[in-house]
Amino acid sequence: MLEAWGGYGAKIEASMTEAAAVSSPVITASDLSLTFQTNDGPVHALADIDLAIQPGEFVSLIGPSGCGKTTLLRVIADLEQPTKGALTVNGVSAHDARMARAYGYVFQAAALFPWRTIAKNVSLPLEVMSYSAKDRAERVARTLDLVDLTGFEKKYPWQLSGGMQQRASIARALAFDPDLLLMDEPFGALDEIVRDHLNEQLLKLWARTKKTIVFVTHSIPEAVFLSTRIIVMSPRPGRIHDVIDCNLPSDRTLDIRETPEFLKLAHRVRDGLRAGHSYEDQDEGSDLR
Amino acid sequence: MTAINRFFAGNTGPVLTVIAAIIAIWYVGAVFMNAPFQRDIFKRADTQYTTAQLITETMRQERPVLPAPHQVAVEIWKTTAQKNITSKRSLVFHSWVTLSSTLLGFLMGTVLGIAIAVGIVHSRTLDKSLMPWIITSQTIPILAVAPMIIVVLAAIGVKGLVPKAIISTYLSFFPVAVGMVKGLRSPDVMHLDLMRTWSASPAQTYWKLRWPSSLPFLFASMKVAVAISLVGAIVGELPTGAIAGLGARMLNGSYYGQTILIWSALIAAAFLAAILVALIGVIGKIVTARMGAPAQ
Repeated sequence: MLEAWGGYGAKIEASMTEAAAVSSPVITASDLSLTFQTNDGPVHALADIDLAIQPGEFVSLIGPSGCGKTTLLRVIADLEQPTKGALTVNGVSAHDARMARAYGYVFQAAALFPWRTIAKNVSLPLEVMSYSAKDRAERVARTLDLVDLTGFEKKYPWQLSGGMQQRASIARALAFDPDLLLMDEPFGALDEIVRDHLNEQLLKLWARTKKTIVFVTHSIPEAVFLSTRIIVMSPRPGRIHDVIDCNLPSDRTLDIRETPEFLKLAHRVRDGLRAGHSYEDQDEGSDLR
Repeated sequence: MTAINRFFAGNTGPVLTVIAAIIAIWYVGAVFMNAPFQRDIFKRADTQYTTAQLITETMRQERPVLPAPHQVAVEIWKTTAQKNITSKRSLVFHSWVTLSSTLLGFLMGTVLGIAIAVGIVHSRTLDKSLMPWIITSQTIPILAVAPMIIVVLAAIGVKGLVPKAIISTYLSFFPVAVGMVKGLRSPDVMHLDLMRTWSASPAQTYWKLRWPSSLPFLFASMKVAVAISLVGAIVGELPTGAIAGLGARMLNGSYYGQTILIWSALIAAAFLAAILVALIGVIGKIVTARMGAPAQ
């Protein structure tokens, strides 16, 4: 299995160098804004977002509730339409990228289909995309191995723990091998021990597959531990407050969270969150996705 | 002691207790309701009678106001086990006549209900235009509509099973349509979003997500639909002078004041409905179990 993945990784790496040669970003956003019309008047979910994400990056979007980080991810996924500005994914519009199945999406909840076994859940996007049965079986086995769920193919979601379910949903997002992974607080509903474990696993998975990952979180340690770049967002209107480069060693383990470099980065993220947030301690009410 | 405890822990104990209570109340009711007529008989014959005699006689009348349970039981036994099932006097024959149009109507109603629900869920126009009419259709008393359906269909040459089945359809499509609209709309927003991220076609979203999500709703509404189909079939037999079926049996009984006949047909109908509902329940359980639902 690992050999298979070695070959697969090499293939990805090859395409990566190609991409790096032309160095076209996976995602570009310029002057992107999204205003929801609600009964209480317009809500400025996103305002003037400028962003470029390069291939192979691990970018975290962090911010308080209502800062539009999830909305931004959904706009990239073409699940929401921006009201202003331009956005490209893989050089085409978000809609065309979605039609071309450019990305895998992971939600906060595992959102597995309860009537399907784990293997059938992972194979669902492949069925939708009309992969052959043989190809499907192969990819299901490969991705389940990648998230360490080999042996659980025939189990139903309710028979698995929350962490295992979330791993299965990551496997599902990876099954059709998209180069881009969009993750919306994937570990937000899990307890801290499981979360730490999955963070390490995700880091290894990213190192092995060299995918581009856009990761929404509101956990500072998670963002600093995982990312190559952290985008700190502030609410109302949702906009980018700060962009922080993280260049922690690629072979890092959770222990790195005790080091001065890590703490310094975490401190800067926290400062950014506080600065972006300070003026509205009074109205913590409405919560925007 | 433990045997008794176990007996009451399951369903059997409580169910039998309720049945016993119903039968007891029924006997008391029979005595009280038949007593005035019985006193009258005694008075006219100038017979002296004791209370015990009065009570016994109230349960032996040929045309009681309310027949006693054992009278109905004897009648059911006579008209089922002791009659050839092809005989016009067999309750099994009449039950089958009603059951066949019930099942046909139920089948058509379920298919129609699902089709309407699919239309409503996939088309905003149908959602806005169809739903009020569907609800209106159920506010019309079926007893008023049934004779018209039978007469109109007979005029164009459709007779027998189909008109009755159409009345069943008319009643049974409604719970299925309402249940399935809810069922087809039951998928999680996240599941629908996932299908979008894979740019699934509407057909794929329907077959891989909406349809499986709706099955629990389908079986719940099918239980209501099958019971109401039976009511529809019986109602379809009542105003038309049908010669066979449980409805015809009840109508006959009421013509000739044969209350025992009416009650045995009623019990047969109730029994039939219970079996049909239970059958749908079992099929639903099997289907959800095969879909991997945790064992209850």
